[in-house]
Amino acid sequence: MTVRDAVPMGPLKTPFYPRHQEIDIVNQWHEWKGFSSPDSLYCEDLEYFAIRNGTGVFDLSPMTKYRITGPDALAYLNRLVTRDMAKVGPGRVAYAVWCDDQGQVIDDGTIFHLREGEYRLCCQERHYTWFQDATIGFDVNVEHETENIAGLAVQGPTSYSILKTMGVKGLETLKPFGLIHVDFAGTEMMVSRTGFTADLGYELWIDPAKALELWDALFAAGEDFKIRAIGTHALEQARIEAGYLAPYAEFLPSDETVRTGRSRSPLELGLEWLVDFKKPNFNGRRALAEEKRNGSTWRLVKLDIDGNKVATNSYIYSNAKAKGKEIGFITSATWSPVCKQNIALGTVRTPHGKPGDTVWVEIYYQREMHWNREMAKAVVVEKPFWFPARRGATPPNPA
Amino acid sequence: MTDKYDAIVIGAGHNGLVCSALLGKAGKRVLLLEANDQVGGASITREFADGYSTSACAHLLYQLQPEVRKELKLSTRMASEDMTTIALAEDGNHVRLHNKTAEGVSENDAREYREFRKRTTRFADLLRKFFNKKPPRLGTRNFDDLATLGQLGLNLRMLGREEMQAFLRLIGMNIHDEVTERFENPVLKGAVSLDAVLGTHLGPRSPNTYMTYLYRLAGDHGRSGVPAGGMGSISNELAQAARSSGVTIRTGMPVKRIVISNGRATGVETESGEMFESLTIVSNADPKTTVMKLVGAQNVETGFATRINHLRAKGNAAKLHLALDGLPHIDGLARKDFAERIVIAGSENDVERAFNPAKYGECSPSPVFEITFPSFRDETLAPTGKHVMSAVVQYAPYEIKGGWDDAAKEQFMQSIMDTLAKYMPDLAERVTASELLTPADLEAEFHMTGGHWHHAELVLDQFLFVRPVNGASQYRLPIDGVWLCGAGAHPGGGISGAAGRNAARTILSRENAS
Repeated sequence: MTVRDAVPMGPLKTPFYPRHQEIDIVNQWHEWKGFSSPDSLYCEDLEYFAIRNGTGVFDLSPMTKYRITGPDALAYLNRLVTRDMAKVGPGRVAYAVWCDDQGQVIDDGTIFHLREGEYRLCCQERHYTWFQDATIGFDVNVEHETENIAGLAVQGPTSYSILKTMGVKGLETLKPFGLIHVDFAGTEMMVSRTGFTADLGYELWIDPAKALELWDALFAAGEDFKIRAIGTHALEQARIEAGYLAPYAEFLPSDETVRTGRSRSPLELGLEWLVDFKKPNFNGRRALAEEKRNGSTWRLVKLDIDGNKVATNSYIYSNAKAKGKEIGFITSATWSPVCKQNIALGTVRTPHGKPGDTVWVEIYYQREMHWNREMAKAVVVEKPFWFPARRGATPPNPA
Repeated sequence: MTDKYDAIVIGAGHNGLVCSALLGKAGKRVLLLEANDQVGGASITREFADGYSTSACAHLLYQLQPEVRKELKLSTRMASEDMTTIALAEDGNHVRLHNKTAEGVSENDAREYREFRKRTTRFADLLRKFFNKKPPRLGTRNFDDLATLGQLGLNLRMLGREEMQAFLRLIGMNIHDEVTERFENPVLKGAVSLDAVLGTHLGPRSPNTYMTYLYRLAGDHGRSGVPAGGMGSISNELAQAARSSGVTIRTGMPVKRIVISNGRATGVETESGEMFESLTIVSNADPKTTVMKLVGAQNVETGFATRINHLRAKGNAAKLHLALDGLPHIDGLARKDFAERIVIAGSENDVERAFNPAKYGECSPSPVFEITFPSFRDETLAPTGKHVMSAVVQYAPYEIKGGWDDAAKEQFMQSIMDTLAKYMPDLAERVTASELLTPADLEAEFHMTGGHWHHAELVLDQFLFVRPVNGASQYRLPIDGVWLCGAGAHPGGGISGAAGRNAARTILSRENAS
């Protein structure tokens, strides 16, 4: 036996890798926490439109997952995250952020209340050390279970119909941020009405041994409903349309920052609704209470920008002449095909960036090697760029 | 109905007493709760055998801050004062140390010792100024912090260019390098090394043991004494001062928890279920006990709880009490020498060798000692004609392999008696009763985590700006209304009263400010 056989080399392959391999044409992959994840499989644009017009299927197995159990699981989570987890009953899912002692965001993620007192926390980054440190003083067990669960995001207007066709029971009454346990081929599968696209969509969680069987059943059921596998680039476009945050874009995990002022608090990320000062002690509480009293430094903005030049990495100014110091910068930007808008997320210094404010974005773009500069007018909008009614409807109108 | 107080102090160790007394003096209504039946914490006198009493933990007074003496008008009657240190040599060529003089050593050593003490005394005086202040935080714009930092810088600069450089070079260094650089006499080197590591989990070659040596001098320049009636007398005097400034002291009242409601302390609950209300809770307990047990880790934030959890506080010093039917014979010592402080340290390498097994959870087979015969000058401690020997013995790690059972204690006792027999051949015949307190025993009796004198190891990463940890260095926990006033806070342990006094002053100045 060679070393190559004994030790798995290179990026890990998710349980769905064999199916990706079959359909992959463009061969563009990146590494996501040790796993290979496709940028795109055959055509970014088609993958994007699958999300918006049919159903896009995204392999989220590399998503970091922790199982949190034990008598103090709720108390533990309530100290860990800023929102009140006592209000999240079994069968519900909560979007949450967790902060360090200084009230700076370490990461965001979703917490699935699987069964009474049993939780799963999903996020992009790894936080085992912090989550272990946080157990001091609690009777709780935190287990890293990323590789024990295969996950698929099934997102788009036809997703409900596909899952129904596949035989999933109970979707009629499943509300956004709800979860149910169903049987799939003799194995328990968790179905949650969650996603990263702000459209109707579900996420399926199952034993990796059943992953390929699930994929096949799903794609068989979706044949008449425009189902397509998608890569990260298409999802990223949908994510920005949804106005959702991404670590390393809208914020840096605070434990990764070196310079002061480079991290962000939940209040600076527009997540004040997630911070519950009425609940007992939680990480960052003192610092956030002080920030609330004294005001924040930064504000996250959603921008509707004139023109069609994507404002990647642009500086934001308060005036068209770019006079004075810039007030902030763009953190994520894309052309939104479905909204037909030039959109972006950015971070600006307060008091700038109130909803309805006009700001100016300095966009550089290249034409045949030469660089051009454009000062584009942008309006701060409050609502997500894409938020169709079917996302909130239960049951969703079948499409 | 619960009683309401302006402040509740948990633990009547000497710092708790000093803090209560000063708060009381400032007109505050103070309740002081002590778990044990007598006040004093680790500074008490108690009987250990029928008719024999001794200072049960701390047995020498050398650090009590003049500011504490003055403000509480202490006039402690001393049985011994300004004791000479006699470092025993197996061959009878003992070394005598008193202030800046060393006797029984070469001319060169005597000169070097004078220089060494001159410098360490100057450095210790510099440190002492900061021991009696709230430690400054770095990177703030707070006026007090900046003023203290400025003063620290100025005082350093005023040492003169060369001495400032020496200070910065030496402060993180180990005592072994310094003594081997200066001295020839192994007994002298051993004695100085021992002074640097007493009460710590450090050997002479461990980093920053030059600083721990300075720490010892940062009170009364290392001049040791014993109060008449033992160390309990100083505690009783402090308790008297507290009572006369209106402090209510209740003993036999272990505190179960500090009551936290909505992110702030509102009182305490005792083990017996009694509730007392106050918005100012001051803990003389060590930082780990205070945060993990009394406040509860869930009531502080994760980063802070982790730092407290990682605090190093594992004692390595045992306390030995022997009841003797007469003084033992020591070659080369006159009878009057039994009034002095006697150390058995061999050489600097012997101290390090004694430390070696302790790193791996084993006791020293040849331990090192700081010995006093308190009954020699104080007849109240033993029946007439009989004596008490009180010794600090190192090293006896708190976390010993297999745990501190009777067999482990017996084995260590045997090592102790074997080592002592080399210097006091008739000691075993003189012993009529004995008591050996391991760090585990000290933890149980005095409620200090790890049985550590300093509540948290005296090392640069747990010192000054970051003592006990970042985020609690100004006597204040990151939870409203909870304060620290014990050895785990700045500056550290030893019967100095500095932590208690600084805490009281910080609490009072904060109240005046708001």
